[in-house]
Amino acid sequence: MSKKLLTEHFGVQGIDQLPVYKQHGGYSALEKAFKKTPDEIVQEVIASGLRGRGGAGFPTGKKWSFIDKKSGKPRYLVCNADESEPGTFKDRYLMEVNPHLLIEGMIISSFALGANLSFIYIRGELLYVYHILEKAIAEAYEAGYLGKNILGTGYDLELYCHTGGGAYICGEETALIESLEGKRGNPRIKPPFPAISGLYNNPTVVNNVESIATVVPIINMGGEEYAKIGIGNSKGTKLISACGHIKKPGIYEIELGLPVEEFIYSDSYCGGIRGGRKLKAVVAGGSSVPILPAELILKTEKGEPRLMSYESLAEGGFASGTMLGSGGFIVMDETTSIVKNLFNFTRFYHHESCGQCSPCREGTAWMEKILHRILHGHGTLKDVDLLWTLQKNIDGKTICPLGDAAAWPVASAIRHFRAEFEDFVEHPEKYQDVKHYFNQIEDKQLA
Amino acid sequence: MEDNKNIEFSADALALAKKLMGRYPEGKHKSAIIPILHLAQAEFGGWLSPKGMDYVATLMNIQPIEVYEVASFYSMFNLQPVGKCVIEVCRTGPCWLMGAEDIVNHIESKLNIKVGETTTDGMFTLKTVECLAACGGAPMMQVGQKYHEDLTFNKVDSILEDYKKNTTEPISHWAKDKIKA
Amino acid sequence: MPKVTIDGKTIEVPQGTTILQAARMIGEEVTPPAMCYYTSLKTSGGYCRTCIVKVSKMSEANPNPIPKPVASCRTNCEEGMEVMNYTSPEIIEARKGVVEFLLANHPLDCPICDQAGECHLQDLSYEHGSDDTRYEFERRKFKKIDLGPFIQLHMTRCILCYRCVKVADQLTDHRVHGVLNRGEVSEISTYITTAIDNDFSGNMIDVCPVGALTDKTFRFKSRVWFTNPVSAHRDCEKCCGKVTLWYKGDDVLRVTARKDKWGEAEEFICNDCRFEKKQTLDWTIEGPAKISRHSVISANHYEKMVEPSLFKLNDIKPFEDQ
Repeated sequence: MSKKLLTEHFGVQGIDQLPVYKQHGGYSALEKAFKKTPDEIVQEVIASGLRGRGGAGFPTGKKWSFIDKKSGKPRYLVCNADESEPGTFKDRYLMEVNPHLLIEGMIISSFALGANLSFIYIRGELLYVYHILEKAIAEAYEAGYLGKNILGTGYDLELYCHTGGGAYICGEETALIESLEGKRGNPRIKPPFPAISGLYNNPTVVNNVESIATVVPIINMGGEEYAKIGIGNSKGTKLISACGHIKKPGIYEIELGLPVEEFIYSDSYCGGIRGGRKLKAVVAGGSSVPILPAELILKTEKGEPRLMSYESLAEGGFASGTMLGSGGFIVMDETTSIVKNLFNFTRFYHHESCGQCSPCREGTAWMEKILHRILHGHGTLKDVDLLWTLQKNIDGKTICPLGDAAAWPVASAIRHFRAEFEDFVEHPEKYQDVKHYFNQIEDKQLA
Repeated sequence: MEDNKNIEFSADALALAKKLMGRYPEGKHKSAIIPILHLAQAEFGGWLSPKGMDYVATLMNIQPIEVYEVASFYSMFNLQPVGKCVIEVCRTGPCWLMGAEDIVNHIESKLNIKVGETTTDGMFTLKTVECLAACGGAPMMQVGQKYHEDLTFNKVDSILEDYKKNTTEPISHWAKDKIKA
Repeated sequence: MPKVTIDGKTIEVPQGTTILQAARMIGEEVTPPAMCYYTSLKTSGGYCRTCIVKVSKMSEANPNPIPKPVASCRTNCEEGMEVMNYTSPEIIEARKGVVEFLLANHPLDCPICDQAGECHLQDLSYEHGSDDTRYEFERRKFKKIDLGPFIQLHMTRCILCYRCVKVADQLTDHRVHGVLNRGEVSEISTYITTAIDNDFSGNMIDVCPVGALTDKTFRFKSRVWFTNPVSAHRDCEKCCGKVTLWYKGDDVLRVTARKDKWGEAEEFICNDCRFEKKQTLDWTIEGPAKISRHSVISANHYEKMVEPSLFKLNDIKPFEDQ
């Protein structure tokens, strides 16, 4: 079993309450942090090698170091708790079970950045978690961890929770900022980057929930010590949201570098494929990252075992690799229709496109319509080629990464499963009556 | 167009709205629009009519179009009347792999409505929504702020039965008992 | 003053100049098309993606290329920057893709569109598009809404450039229309039927690159190429009073702002000048408006029409003389 840094106390009864959290070492990292200067904390995080856990994997410490301190404008820290990437549910779990871990991370990170006002932007659908956080924040104010002159240090911080209204795009940091300003969640054109001009045009850092929570163990154990965990440039532990056709869906905290095969088949993790079926494909980092067929997810093209790390999953580029992304690990067994699954993903991106820029607005809708046509038996071989060129015309041409996120699943599905697409359009009748998913519902009812 | 029946916040909602607006820097209270629209939806019976949104505009001292723009962008705001109990079934990726389509079909035939429709007694509205970050409990659905995970047909039946029996007031995402300053 | 090279041509530009502006300074031959950017509207641009270019060298300090195409209208020039526009086959291909997306749901109702002949989408498709369409689905439709007596909205033609929203934000005292809904079904609307009625709202018509917002008072009166543009001015309390009058025979059918060579209004005008002053007597006539030789309006017989000797309106006395 790998180290538990984030989920260590998740089994403890009442860990969502401040006294219990404190009994288990809670807020000790904060006290440690206040003995350091903000810059020293930034250095610790840089030394830890922590990379953003929201999906892009950008080094967190480096992101912090970009924040504009010279202008003298107020600085903000915003926690991105707009978790909406299909396949990802780790942040919800973390906030629901151990809200104080995030709050402690927020206070330390805000102190490091010199922010006196910080927000947790949580997706609106998670209002029940919003109320859990509000309660925990109130406890933290009560205990003097928030507000004026925290623990007598002279440092002031107001921390608020803010709820979204239902839009995947608000997980993109500039769309999140727009939304937090009370506008439509339209991503901004970068540059300027938020570190220079973010919330209310002031310097802002936006970090994922897990990234901020990880700052707590980093301060507790020291950045260098943290960096000893993991492999290569993938340091530390990562929460993986495992779902799909596996025996044990759920959240697993893994040490980066764990072999994918072990993650899928070991009883400590996913426990293998349900019903003894065969693995067909995996989407390893949330719906946006390229889908890989079984042989390429278990082993790289060079025949080396694929590991759960930023580098290993990306090995081979998009030709034969994928991305760790947000850690949303979606497993598909042999009964899955890749074509139908792609339709589902594409419908999602169409539904979530903000509509600002033309390639994404028109392209996502168009791709969905073509897949819909294929699904209903009216597709042609030309449709597969058309999908391929459309994804190419979207990829890299849009304001924000949603366009890429919509294009990559299409590109990878066609790249690795072209024969299935061709078979589908030529013999649609074969696929009409096939149960295209593992019928969990019937199985559960039998059980 | 139909209108919200009562268009005025309760004293509790008003106090909470003011508190929320006070969380943002001077002159930036427009930031609170989404939380306040959640309150409005809870206060106005689960949906937002133009008059309801105009009330929010007045309350926040912003232009009505700014409220319409925001309310129509975010999927949680219902701009048409809904039933007391809005069932939102996740249809995305992992939930779909685990049978979300069957769950939707089951509810449709059980309630005798299609997705997007409301039962004639005004009790249930069925919606499909995109990923709700509960993929480990797929298939799943949300009613108000409550997540119902690991659904089976039997489970859905008893959940619907429960709501049918116990729902008197419209259920909103921002729970009524959480509307306090 | 950074020096930037676009398609092999180098120019020195003031700090803060965008690639698109620099290209316009060099000349048409290197300038990318722009459908949503509008010089006088702050924060415009970046949406349509037609002006994308390849930055093959970021700057002297950082000689790496930018991996993805950038919107030239929203990217500033840096010292030593090298940009490829028409010299990059990749960009030409990508732009073709963007044009295809913009046209995917466009109704192509040009035969009955008042914008035809001065439509930027027509020009864009002609110059940068491909010769066939691959879109085979039913095109989007919207519920019609009425914006009042002056502005006609055809949402199906809209390419969501946001220019009209910025006009309302930046020129009028409060905005009553905006972009509603999201994604593919986003639309310009007032949500509830509200007349857009403001001293400067008519400029939304001038900035609209397509036939989505047209002049209701000009509706179906004439094809633009049968009208005759004349520069004129008047003393106006509200605006500069410098306009183009569009004549058919002796009648002023339409009043617009004057457009520069990039199709942008030189100065915005007020609704009084635009909608209320349609008599020649209201104006001091300056003479035939300059029209680009590429324009449909200068085609065929209209070249002759703008010869001063043949120009009938010369007979009309300027306002001051009467």
